[in-house]
Amino acid sequence: MSSAPADAAVDATARARDFLGVTRLTNAALTTWLHGLPGVDQVGCEARAAGLGTRSIKNDSKRWAIDLAISMIDLTTLEGADTVGRVRGLAAKALTPDPTDLSTPRPAAVCVYGDMVAAAKEALGDSDVKVAAVATVFPSGRASVPVKLLDTKDAVAAGADEIDMVIDRGAFLSGNYLEVFNQIAKVKAVCGAARLKVIMETGELVTYDNVRRASWLSMLAGGDFIKTSTGKISPAATLPVTLIMLEAVRDWRDVTGEQIGVKPAGGIRTSKDAVKFLVAVNEVAGEDWLDNHYFRFGASSLLNDLLLQRQKLRTGVYSSAVYIADDSPSTAY
Amino acid sequence: MGARLDVRKTYKLYIGGTFPRSESGRSYEVFAAPARAGATPRFLANAAQGSRKDARDAVVAARAAQPGWAGATAYNRGQVLYRVAEVMEGRRAQFAEEVRVGEGISPSRADSLVSQAIDRWVWYAGWTDKIAQVAGNPNPVAGPFFNLSVPEPCGVVAILAPQESSLLGLVSVIAPAIATGNTAVVVSSKDRPLPAVTLSECLATSDVPGGVVNIITGDAAEIAPWLASHRDVNGLDLTGSAGVEGLAWGELEASAAETLKLIVRPGGAGARAEEPDWAIEPAISRMTTFLETKTVWHPKGR
Repeated sequence: MSSAPADAAVDATARARDFLGVTRLTNAALTTWLHGLPGVDQVGCEARAAGLGTRSIKNDSKRWAIDLAISMIDLTTLEGADTVGRVRGLAAKALTPDPTDLSTPRPAAVCVYGDMVAAAKEALGDSDVKVAAVATVFPSGRASVPVKLLDTKDAVAAGADEIDMVIDRGAFLSGNYLEVFNQIAKVKAVCGAARLKVIMETGELVTYDNVRRASWLSMLAGGDFIKTSTGKISPAATLPVTLIMLEAVRDWRDVTGEQIGVKPAGGIRTSKDAVKFLVAVNEVAGEDWLDNHYFRFGASSLLNDLLLQRQKLRTGVYSSAVYIADDSPSTAY
Repeated sequence: MGARLDVRKTYKLYIGGTFPRSESGRSYEVFAAPARAGATPRFLANAAQGSRKDARDAVVAARAAQPGWAGATAYNRGQVLYRVAEVMEGRRAQFAEEVRVGEGISPSRADSLVSQAIDRWVWYAGWTDKIAQVAGNPNPVAGPFFNLSVPEPCGVVAILAPQESSLLGLVSVIAPAIATGNTAVVVSSKDRPLPAVTLSECLATSDVPGGVVNIITGDAAEIAPWLASHRDVNGLDLTGSAGVEGLAWGELEASAAETLKLIVRPGGAGARAEEPDWAIEPAISRMTTFLETKTVWHPKGR
C-alpha cells in the first residue's frame, strides 16, 4: 500500500486536470467523468447491505467491536440551543465516557459549531480527543463563498482539528459540478493542517448514482473524509449509502494510492447498527479502514448505547440508562 | 365450493404494543389440563417460547412507555383501565373457554372466574385516583411549610404471573402494578398461557399505550433470573415463582437486591412458595409495594 499523506497540500485543480487527462478543468469535463462512473445497482446494493447486516457477532468480537466503535465516535452536539455548558458537558463525557470503568476508550472527537470550538478545546485540554467544527454555514450551506471561507477560517483559528463542511447540494443537483469542486478546494485551502470532512447530505442527493458521483467529486477536490449527512435531514446515514461511499474510497485508493476516510452520521443509535457498519467497512473497504483515522461515526446517542452494551458484557446483567453519565444539563427540576 | 380452510391462530408475545414471535424462533406445545390422571393430554396450541432477549426488548418498551403512562392523570388511567374491563367483557366466552380447558374446571366455575377477574380489574381501575389519598399525606411540620408526601410509581415492574390461576391470578398481579403508573413486563403461566395471550389482545384494543403491559409466554425459570438482575427493572413480583421447577425465589430476591428493586414475595411460608387464594378480596399492598414516596416542602405565608 502506497498511501500519500492525505493532508498534503496539493493544487486540487492541477491534480484534477491530471486525473481527468484534460488541459482545462471545465464543468463539461467533470460531468463527462462523473457520468462515466458505473451506475449503482440499487437492488443489488440494498441486498448486499441487508446481507452484511445479518452477520452473527460472537461475544469476543462484540467486545472488540464496541470498543472500536466508541473510539470512532465524533461525539456531536449541533443544536441552536447549545451553550458553553453543554459543550463542556460533552467534553467531560468524551474524556471519561464511563466513570464506572476507566478502561473505556475515548471517542475520536467532539463535534460542535464553530463558535464553540474554543470552549471545547479548553475543556479537552491536551487530551487526544480532537475537536471537529462544522463550517460553511452548516447545515444548509446556503451562503456566498466568502462567508463560507470565513466561517471555516474562524473555526480553524479557534483551534479546530477537523472541519466538517457541507457541499452546495443545489449546485450539485443542477449539474454545476465545477462550482461544488471549487468550493471544496477553496475550503480545503483555508483548512491548513485541519482535516476536511465533506458532507454530501446524501438524503438530498436522491439517487445512489449521485452519491457515487458526489463521493468521487469530493475526493477529487481534496476532502480527507467523505461524510453522509448533517443529521438534520432524514434519511441520513443508511447502510447502502455508506456501502457506496466505502466502495468509492476503496477504488480511489486503488487509483491514487491515497486513503480517504468515511463518516456516516445521523440515525445510528444502537450498538447493533454500529456493528453492522463495522462489518460493512471490513468487508467492502478492508481492514485498513477499521481505524478512527479513516472511519468515524457522527452520533450523539450512540455512545450511550455502546456504553450500556459494554457494561452488559462486563457485568453479565442488562444495564440501565441511569448507570450512564448524563452529559446534558438537566432541563427538568 | 370446497371445504373451508382452517384459519389457525398463531399465539405470539405482546411487546411494545405489537405481537412479535419470539426472537429465538421457539415455540412450545400447550395442552389442556387432563380430565383424569394418566389420560393423554389434549393439544391446544403452540405458544411462543419467550427468551431472555424478548424480556430485554420488553424492558426497553416498558421503560419507553413509563413516563407517558405515569404522566397521564390518575383519572385518565382509571378510564383507560375501565375500558380494558369493557373489552374483556366482550371476550367473556373466549376467556371462559380458555380458562376451562386450561385449568380443567367446569364451565360454570370458569365463567365465575372470568367474572371475578373482570371485577378485580374494575376494582383496581377505581383505585387509580384514590391511592394517593390513602398512601399520601400532608405532614404536620414545625415550620411555615406545607409538607406533602405523594406516592409515585417506581418505574418498570417485572411480574412472574401465577402458574395455576391463569386469568384471575394474572389480572390480580398486572392491574395493581399498572394502576399506579408503573409499566410491566409479565412472564405468563408456562402451562396455561392462553388467557394471557387473549388479555394482551384486550390491552392492545383498549387505549392502553403500547409498552405499558408486555406479556411474554414461556418458562419463568429461564427468563426470571435475567429480569431479577436487570438494572433497568425497578420492581419484581415473585408470585409466579410458586410451582416452577428449578426456580428459587430467594435467589431472585438476592439478585434483585443488587439493584434495590422493590419486591413482592410469593405466598407461602419460608422458602416454600405457594400460590395465594385469589378469591379473597385483595389488600392494597400489591399497589403500595411498587410505589415510592416523594415528599415536598412548600413554603407558605405566616
